[in-house]
Amino acid sequence: MSNILVLIEISHRGEIAASARGLLAAAATLGSPVAVVVSPAPLEDDDVARLGELGAARIYSAVTAAAGSVLVAPAVDALGGAVDAYEPAAILTANSVDGREAAARLAVRVGGSVLADVVQVSSENGTVVAQHSVFGGAYTVESVAEGGLPILTIRQGVIEGQAPAATADLQTVSLDAREEGVAIIDQFNDDAAVSARPELRTASTVVSGGRGLGSSENFVLVEQLADTLGAAVGASRAAVDAGYIAQTAQVGQTGVSVSPQLYIALGISGAIQHRAGMQTAKTIVAINKDEDAPIFEVADFGIVGDIFTVVPKLIEAVKARSN
Amino acid sequence: MKIVVLVKQVPDTAEERKLDLATGQLDREAADSVLDEINERALEAALRIKDANKGAEVVAMTMGPDDATQSLRKALSMGADSAVHIVDDSLDGADTGRTAATLAAALRSTGFDVVMAGNESTDGRAGVVPAMVAEHLRLPLLGSLISAEIADDGVSGVRQGEGGTLNVRAGLPAIVTVTERFPEARFPNFKGILTAKRKHVTTLSTAELGVPTGASRTVVVSTVERPPRAAGRKLIDDGTAADELADFLVANRLV
Repeated sequence: MSNILVLIEISHRGEIAASARGLLAAAATLGSPVAVVVSPAPLEDDDVARLGELGAARIYSAVTAAAGSVLVAPAVDALGGAVDAYEPAAILTANSVDGREAAARLAVRVGGSVLADVVQVSSENGTVVAQHSVFGGAYTVESVAEGGLPILTIRQGVIEGQAPAATADLQTVSLDAREEGVAIIDQFNDDAAVSARPELRTASTVVSGGRGLGSSENFVLVEQLADTLGAAVGASRAAVDAGYIAQTAQVGQTGVSVSPQLYIALGISGAIQHRAGMQTAKTIVAINKDEDAPIFEVADFGIVGDIFTVVPKLIEAVKARSN
Repeated sequence: MKIVVLVKQVPDTAEERKLDLATGQLDREAADSVLDEINERALEAALRIKDANKGAEVVAMTMGPDDATQSLRKALSMGADSAVHIVDDSLDGADTGRTAATLAAALRSTGFDVVMAGNESTDGRAGVVPAMVAEHLRLPLLGSLISAEIADDGVSGVRQGEGGTLNVRAGLPAIVTVTERFPEARFPNFKGILTAKRKHVTTLSTAELGVPTGASRTVVVSTVERPPRAAGRKLIDDGTAADELADFLVANRLV
């Protein structure tokens, strides 16, 4: 079975990134997953065991002091070494800021071709076929690399399931640190608070707020409904630009794309750019006082009304029914 | 200080964008073409450096069909000093790999201290071309920045990572990409529009750049359109809509 390299991202605190499960699951459908990891110290036994549980048949562990102080370049160097060692049929990275830069640089270095922002992978007669969701899910496009090694960046949170667990065979190499032509990391600043709510990209229910909330104080209403439903909190660009919530919550064309079971839009007009990030949700609910808001064109259930009247009642009604 | 800003003409995100189902390529007739907003923000960042330092030179560079000159004219009217247009029929439908190889060759011939670009275009959203260009030119990339300081001895900035931000820096020459957290672009003023007509646009072909004209290596094999969503029930709230919605959510096992 052909080898499929997977770039596993490790946070500066030493945690295996959440993207690892989906990447290894996708790799297992194409061949034998080889986890490529770059870290400043040799991997702990726990990490080796965890990667095996997630389906890594082998681990190529590159150890370099540069792992915590040089941006992306150590990952590219490690992947380049793993390409020589394993002659893979494909390489997968997360479509994260680090993952796609590593994929891009590697493609130039090894003569590969990047298939970007992939939502599903398959193999047809030995050819890797990548599926993409384009223009906010309006189109499904399949692409292949006709020449060069296929290098796929996988959209985070879209691959379901898990690869069969394996006992990973560990290979550790030491990587030379380069100082020239690289970007240096001076400091890591963690997000202030890790939310207890589900992660936006993978949540089964998302409650989003828009400009209709009127103020950052009022945005609490969105959070209250989200907590009642066990949902993630999202926002329209207008709400982000107005400063009601951080940009990381932005759903839409230039923010996060979500495909939950249930999407509830509160005070969101539904500009085409917002719809591009949520229209693949299974069920869409919209509450807005503007009867002509475009969001109603895609809503399975729309209420024309005042969110400050309807949402508190909805919270009570949902609580009453779940008791 | 010479700053080259990579810009791209894209279909307007405020309109319905379409793909040609036969070729998988963009249907250029379906939506108006505009200068991508994320590139405008990169250009704005470059122009602010020029505002503060009259010795700075800002060049807008694009690879695109004939009508991409529209976007270059806009960049010039905003304040860019000159423009470079890589235009060649053989580049139709170029993938990220060909695009990056071509842009890298053009950047080599133009020369620069800093290259600036948006972190990802609103059409393809691949977000890989600047990093590919950086690898071709063997340069550091400060990608996905939310703020940047550009000085004669180097660039530094804050990068949005997955679990937080990072403070990063590199020496010059370097490539920088900006996110939407950068300030919105200025509007061209009347003087800018008038002077733009006199500014120079250099056109370059693949032959002049000495880049191969072979076909792209990533190929679209199928394109399927999703059926449009139909609107469902719409109630005017008379005091009972919240209860009806709760019943709907329960009936559909969504709560």
